[in-house]
Amino acid sequence: MAAERTQEIVMGLNGNEAVAWAVKQCNVDVVAAYPITPQTIIVEEFSEFVANGEVNTEFVPVESEHSALSACVGAAAVGARAFTATASQGLALMWEILYIAAGLRLPIVMAVVNRALSAPINIHCDHSDAMGARDSGWVQLYVEDSQEAYDTVIQAFRIAEHPDVLLPVMVNLDGFFLSHTLQDVRILPDEVVKKFVGTRDPIKIKVPYLGDKEVPLVLDGETPITLGPLALPDYYFEHKMPQVEAMEKAKEVIKEVNEEYARLSGRKYGNGLTVAYGLDDAEAAVVLLGSAAGTVRYVARELRREGYKVGVLRIRAFRPFPVEDVVEKLSNVKVVCVMDRAISYGARGGPLFMEVRSAFYDSPEKPIILNYIYGLGGRDLPPAVARKIFLELLDIAETGRVKQLINYVGVRE
Amino acid sequence: MSSVINIREIAKKEPKLLPGHRLCAGCAAPVIVKLILSVVEGPVIVANATGCLEVATTIYPYTSWRVPWVHNAFENAASTAAGIDAAIKALRRRGVIKNNKVNIIAFAGDGGTYDIGLQALSGAIERGHDFLYVLYDNEAYMNTGIQRSGGTPMGAATTTSPAGNVIPGKPQHKKPIADIVVAHKAPYVATATPAHWMDLMRKAKKALSIEGPKFLHVLSPCPRGWRHDPSLTMEIAKVAVDTCYFPLWECENGEWRLTDRSLAIAKNPQLKKPVEEFIKVQGRFRHLLRPENKHVIEKLQEYVDAVWADLLKRTGFK
Repeated sequence: MAAERTQEIVMGLNGNEAVAWAVKQCNVDVVAAYPITPQTIIVEEFSEFVANGEVNTEFVPVESEHSALSACVGAAAVGARAFTATASQGLALMWEILYIAAGLRLPIVMAVVNRALSAPINIHCDHSDAMGARDSGWVQLYVEDSQEAYDTVIQAFRIAEHPDVLLPVMVNLDGFFLSHTLQDVRILPDEVVKKFVGTRDPIKIKVPYLGDKEVPLVLDGETPITLGPLALPDYYFEHKMPQVEAMEKAKEVIKEVNEEYARLSGRKYGNGLTVAYGLDDAEAAVVLLGSAAGTVRYVARELRREGYKVGVLRIRAFRPFPVEDVVEKLSNVKVVCVMDRAISYGARGGPLFMEVRSAFYDSPEKPIILNYIYGLGGRDLPPAVARKIFLELLDIAETGRVKQLINYVGVRE
Repeated sequence: MSSVINIREIAKKEPKLLPGHRLCAGCAAPVIVKLILSVVEGPVIVANATGCLEVATTIYPYTSWRVPWVHNAFENAASTAAGIDAAIKALRRRGVIKNNKVNIIAFAGDGGTYDIGLQALSGAIERGHDFLYVLYDNEAYMNTGIQRSGGTPMGAATTTSPAGNVIPGKPQHKKPIADIVVAHKAPYVATATPAHWMDLMRKAKKALSIEGPKFLHVLSPCPRGWRHDPSLTMEIAKVAVDTCYFPLWECENGEWRLTDRSLAIAKNPQLKKPVEEFIKVQGRFRHLLRPENKHVIEKLQEYVDAVWADLLKRTGFK
């Protein structure tokens, strides 16, 4: 481990450049992408790698995000390792193909630079884009900083291509907060990353009409494999169950890959699924995704220094949702505030809130669970606001009185 | 790749689209597919857009395809093919694929090409991917129940352009899709019908021998949608050419040539039949034969004549 770490180089990179660097080192065969703010830097940076002959990747500068993912599907079907990146409207335009990529079990990796959805048009961060893709069958990982963006893209190929998983993986990084903010990012040596991710090794299957021999599940030009057939009521459902199982198995794989990567780099993100802070004795805790966790943890640390028992649980894997982990880590907390950077209109709270509340339904010991919806369209979550939220939670912990279950943070009346 | 088509040899080979599929009796699509795949030499990967051909040939757990085949969605056969092309190039560089050439063929209907798939097609051609795009044009959304598309001809009754008391079928002409592809400077664009099968096979073979994006626009009569007897499919395809409703041509690197029956008509204009010959055998045009709709036939004839005259100019006949 130490040897690899000392070989690391430190570069001042923003989140997008960190993603581009990870993709550069991962032996990606095909990158198909379309520009959209705030994702563009990924594509620009990668185009330079291609133009300078620094990668062997075939770059397909497509005419839309729909075609970006469609081309990734075609490429992955042939056995290539494929990557794309998008944000907001672009992800919305891909929506149809998200389900197809997952249904065809193609291990595509995509960076989503989270941005609000129109209307009104807005280029800044929230999680509405990725939440719209919540049920598409993609593994969804959310990162907190640019270093984690780099590390997670590398991990994502391992997770996606794991024979127990074979699902597409979405790496979410907050638009502008991460995508355009410089940070010292430690870059592993090329060979170390190449060894860690290996090359994509397609699984082998038996096809009834091809006899007993196993064939790789790829379109090789010779073997007559039909990928993407019509399945009617008699078989459609059976195609969905393996996706359910793969998503469940992904939990273990995400943990394993996180551990293995930690041995390589010294960097570890909780258990891979969640990252906990101060929860051993916390009376009040905040649960959230993405970059705001940094601010909230900073405030929690301050408060703990002042003697308040507060904690933070950052959800790194939103899909698969780590139900067991969330329950275990939050069971002894009195008041939990789930912070959503997205709205589910007409629902009782945001998408993360619903997950967390639902996770506790069968638990005899459960905290009071509130929802704070914050930061839509890039609105900042400054430390003072995070502090106020913690103090409100501590007050509820003491009095047991909840004034408002679902709260909207810092919105003009 | 040899340019000679040896029918005797081809007839000995097993077809690459097997029988047992559930396309309608009289459907031209499987004939088109079989003819095209029969001239493929070496490895091939097929990308199929959503549509009749796709749903009727791959009803799980069955498949009719004896070649590697992928269905992605409706509008993205071209971008799927683009991804396949990129992957093959990358995998060859990595030494994973060792074959000399992997033929990539996209099959899509008129809805998936003229309308919802036009953007993906345009992008893939502009980027110069090495693939053959085959449009099998049955001139409406047949898979969803005969709705009008950009490929539906003027006057045709469909379920969304019905022949009513006020509007006699589709008011607009067919979009000149092959011309649009030519305007992209694709190296090879051609029209064909399954009735002129040797012409079709020759064009497919030539297309596959050319590097870059190729486009075959193949007329595909549809007994259900065109309302004709299934036994008349090939006859109607022939009349489409005889009337110059659907001329046979190819455009190779900007050079236009008429082929087969259309070349014969150009040389001997007396062979050209009135468009009514094409119309009168199809139920979708039945209402046009009523006296009050005579003007629609006249307009269609004018359009066909203008397109044909233009084509004669481009091919050096006028």
